Amino acid sequence: MSSSISYWIKDAALFLFLPLIQGFIRAPELELLSTALYPMAIERILKDDANEEKGERARMASFVGAIAITDLVKTTLGPKGMDKILQSTGRGQEVTVTNDGATILKSLHIDNPAAKVLIDISKVQDDEVGDGTTSVVVLAGELLREAEKLVAAKIHPMTIISGYRMAAECACNALLQRVVDNKDNAVKFKMDLMKIAMTTLSSKILSQDKVYFAQLAVDAVMRLKGSTNLEAIQIIKKPGGSLSDSFLDEGFILDKKIGLGQPKRIENAKILVANTAMDTDKVKIYGARVRVDSMSKVAEIEEAEKEKMREKVQKIIAHGINCFVNRQLIYNFPEELFADAGILAIEHADFDGIERLALVTGGEIASTFDNPESVKLGHCKLIEEIMIGEDKLIHFSGVEIGQACTIVLRGASHHVLDEAERSLHDALCVLSQTVNDTRVVLGAGWPEMVMTKAVDELARQTPGKKSHAIEAFSRALIAIPTIIADNAGLDSADLVAQLRAEHHKKECNAGIDVITGSVGDMAELAISESFKVKQAVLLSATEAAEMILRVDEIITCAPRKREDRM
Amino acid sequence: MALAFDEYGRPFIILKEQDQKTRLRGIEAQKANISAGKAVARILRTSLGPKGMDKILQSPDGDVTITNDGATILEQMDVDNQIAKLMVELSRSQDYEIGDGTTGVVVMAGALLEQAERLLERGIHPIRIAEGYELASRIAVEHLEHISQKFDFGTEDIEPLVQTCMTTLSSKIVNRCKRHLAEISVKAVLSVADLERKDVNLDMIKVEGKVGGKLEDTELIYGITVDKDMSHPQMPKQIEDAKIAILTCPFEPPKPKTKHKVDIDTVEKFQTLRLQEQKYFDDMVQKCKDVGATLVICQWGFDDEANHLLMHRNLPAVRWVGGVELELIAIATGGRIVPRFQELTPEKLGRAGLVRERSFGTTKDKMLYIEHCANSRAVTIFIRGGNKMMIEETKRSIHDALCVARNLIRNNSIVYGGGSTEISCSIAVEAASDKYPGVEQYAIRAFADALDSIPMALAENSGLQPIETLSAVKSQQIKENNPHYGIDCNDVGTNDMRQQDVFETLIGKQQQILLATQVVKMILKIDDVISPSHY
Repeated sequence: MSSSISYWIKDAALFLFLPLIQGFIRAPELELLSTALYPMAIERILKDDANEEKGERARMASFVGAIAITDLVKTTLGPKGMDKILQSTGRGQEVTVTNDGATILKSLHIDNPAAKVLIDISKVQDDEVGDGTTSVVVLAGELLREAEKLVAAKIHPMTIISGYRMAAECACNALLQRVVDNKDNAVKFKMDLMKIAMTTLSSKILSQDKVYFAQLAVDAVMRLKGSTNLEAIQIIKKPGGSLSDSFLDEGFILDKKIGLGQPKRIENAKILVANTAMDTDKVKIYGARVRVDSMSKVAEIEEAEKEKMREKVQKIIAHGINCFVNRQLIYNFPEELFADAGILAIEHADFDGIERLALVTGGEIASTFDNPESVKLGHCKLIEEIMIGEDKLIHFSGVEIGQACTIVLRGASHHVLDEAERSLHDALCVLSQTVNDTRVVLGAGWPEMVMTKAVDELARQTPGKKSHAIEAFSRALIAIPTIIADNAGLDSADLVAQLRAEHHKKECNAGIDVITGSVGDMAELAISESFKVKQAVLLSATEAAEMILRVDEIITCAPRKREDRM
Repeated sequence: MALAFDEYGRPFIILKEQDQKTRLRGIEAQKANISAGKAVARILRTSLGPKGMDKILQSPDGDVTITNDGATILEQMDVDNQIAKLMVELSRSQDYEIGDGTTGVVVMAGALLEQAERLLERGIHPIRIAEGYELASRIAVEHLEHISQKFDFGTEDIEPLVQTCMTTLSSKIVNRCKRHLAEISVKAVLSVADLERKDVNLDMIKVEGKVGGKLEDTELIYGITVDKDMSHPQMPKQIEDAKIAILTCPFEPPKPKTKHKVDIDTVEKFQTLRLQEQKYFDDMVQKCKDVGATLVICQWGFDDEANHLLMHRNLPAVRWVGGVELELIAIATGGRIVPRFQELTPEKLGRAGLVRERSFGTTKDKMLYIEHCANSRAVTIFIRGGNKMMIEETKRSIHDALCVARNLIRNNSIVYGGGSTEISCSIAVEAASDKYPGVEQYAIRAFADALDSIPMALAENSGLQPIETLSAVKSQQIKENNPHYGIDCNDVGTNDMRQQDVFETLIGKQQQILLATQVVKMILKIDDVISPSHY
């Protein structure tokens, strides 16, 4: 509950805080109103419950909202970041433990429009690159925090925006100059991937076994051979055992049971993957219905139906298969028929399972069975039933196309498993994106320091008020290593100052070594991040900050009236 | 509430439920109306110009829109006041007619109302004010014609068009890459434009957005995108030289419109029905295959069996494509929409050079691109951006830019922006006012003052001293007799708008003045407001 409590506390503080500010700002406004010339009251042009906030107050509301969100997620940043407990309001009040920024923000119900913008960018970051969901919010929040100070110092938001834009471009270029691209060197590239995976995982629950899981993730992604289709990687969660019992399986595991009386082990399997009704094969012609006048007729029709099913099964068997996987249910009767023919029939494999299975075994998903010769069957070396924990699963090994694989996660509880899945998903996303865009930068505050240095340089060369904004941008960038250090319980002021000094030497690889609590060489410590993630963080955070800064009025429509359902 | 009495002193009931209604009349009604109109204008005033600010609008359902497009702000504001609704209508009609300048028109109307209020206080009759405004607006529109310039562009030389679109985009959040977007808009408009008839059908340009990537990744696709994927996961993802069958009938057994029943009472009937059904699916696919289609696009769903048959026969298919998209595809590929399988003929197939499926990001978002179509005139602008609100705002901005480009193709006269035309008109109207002997003279002069308020707002939003800047520019215009001086919003160093390349369309400006005058006249003529009181 700690998170929701802390959130409410902040919210309460916000409420306490706002009226004060409002009172302060309102005073001159009121004066203006009283001196207004009109004898009648000023017309209300909006609906009764609608709300309008203008100028400074609007800006204040969005700053406060955005900063509250930032403060909420910022403690999860970095390898020593803390987790949050989220309790859903729905039935069962399910609990999620996570430190994934996107997951946390997704589950919050926020009313503040600026905060909604931040939640949205974190969601997009999740969809687009998969990782850096917390960083993007923190950076946007820090940019706004700095902007707030500048606005208070009477610098126009538009000036701040143009300064931020220049700074973001400059930062991006600075980073581009220092990227490492090992596209041509497969061994080195694999090392890079490994480093990235470890860096990503080190801030998650999997950090204990990060080497193991990084290897797992890299292996899985390498199998995809450059495609970003993460569908082909299946993650199965089974409670029990410990996290380190998790494994990568080269084959394919289907979370289903084998039908009764059917073979438990098939070698050189020929698999037909199907999507067809195997319960009752309805007549699809519209309006058809059975109308009979005697019991015997009913029996006849029933017999005919059975016959139809039998024929269908015969046709399926005629494909020369020994394994049949259907997306829909298989009823007892056809199942029995399959068992008689010695065919392994698996029912109700969900849609993803079917698609994946078809992809792995190289078969096609069939729905009609009239021309067996032209249907492509799937093949695999061995199908067997395996036990993981207490559950029986079906394991397809020696499949034709090696792209797909399955990761089986083991762990003490559902919460651990869910969080582990999210962490692994992040790592897989980042890796698959890195395979496409092979540029890599060092991690742990290194990129921020490189950018800061370049941005500071730019600020010094820029005449006019913009230079304040550019400086502010660099301060916002520094906030990220500062928060990482703070979260790890280190003396952030000292560390960041040291780091800054280090970076004024040429070609330095210094970053924060959270484990020893000192400044270390990131190249030696093997901490890397994907350039694409960093770039996306930088761009969308700037974009969001810009968007919020441009606002000078918030108009909230009257909330839609809900019928009282008592 | 005023009451009427007959000769015996009994009150007449004139209005139904008279005592429950509030009524404002005479000068009071006019003042109330004016103040409502001004309140609306005041909201939009800060959004004007390249340094204008945005507004956050929260809808009744809590969705957030961030925009500085005047029409959108007013539309989503959900106003309650009748006069405010008139202003909303005003900006909407500017949006429909011209597409751009929706903020300016409201600010202009607000300024006119403000001036009218002063005149009313001096005791000038509202109708006289309205007439004076009418005269003045005519003078201003004529003057605009006078200072406008024709400019030439061709399909090769798009630079002037791009410049004008850039002026429109510079006031939006997308001004970071306005050059890129302006070029896209102009190319899009030119590719669908009918230069001979000087007409552009904007329906042929589809603006699609997908969250993710960055604004610079926005692209112009010479073809159509459909937010759908192939019906079967194993169908080919790329088809070259596609012949497309566009169907509005489902791959399902027929459903006659008349009510009917098929009764099964014997085993034989059951069997025949089964065979019939199989044959039906087979026939459908066969018919598509026979005419030589290599891609089927269908408005409805597929039965599982039909889906597999299609896949089996190597006929890729897309299902659940919306009606509008279907029409666009038909236009673009030169195909015909076929409502029945029996009517499929090879001539009715559409053609496209390349059809491909593309996936985005880490989630399984897929889109279908239909490119190099037979009739290449339909184009799609595909927007990428950091978040949902950004995409929505970019869509609105692109729409504005497209409208501007269209207006230029219709009428290639331009005027200069940055408030220069308003200042120039103001000078002309002011000079003309002295020729009118009546009370209208005051109204005309007031109109000139109202025109000044647009450059004033521009200067104010750009952080300049409004009065100082305006008077400096005005005297410069008169002294050098050059109508191109405006407000230097971006701090470029010159206030000659010709050097800054800030253009606006002539019809856009004319429309702004005419519409604003019209609404103000309407508001001025109201002297009685009867509304049901709140209960």
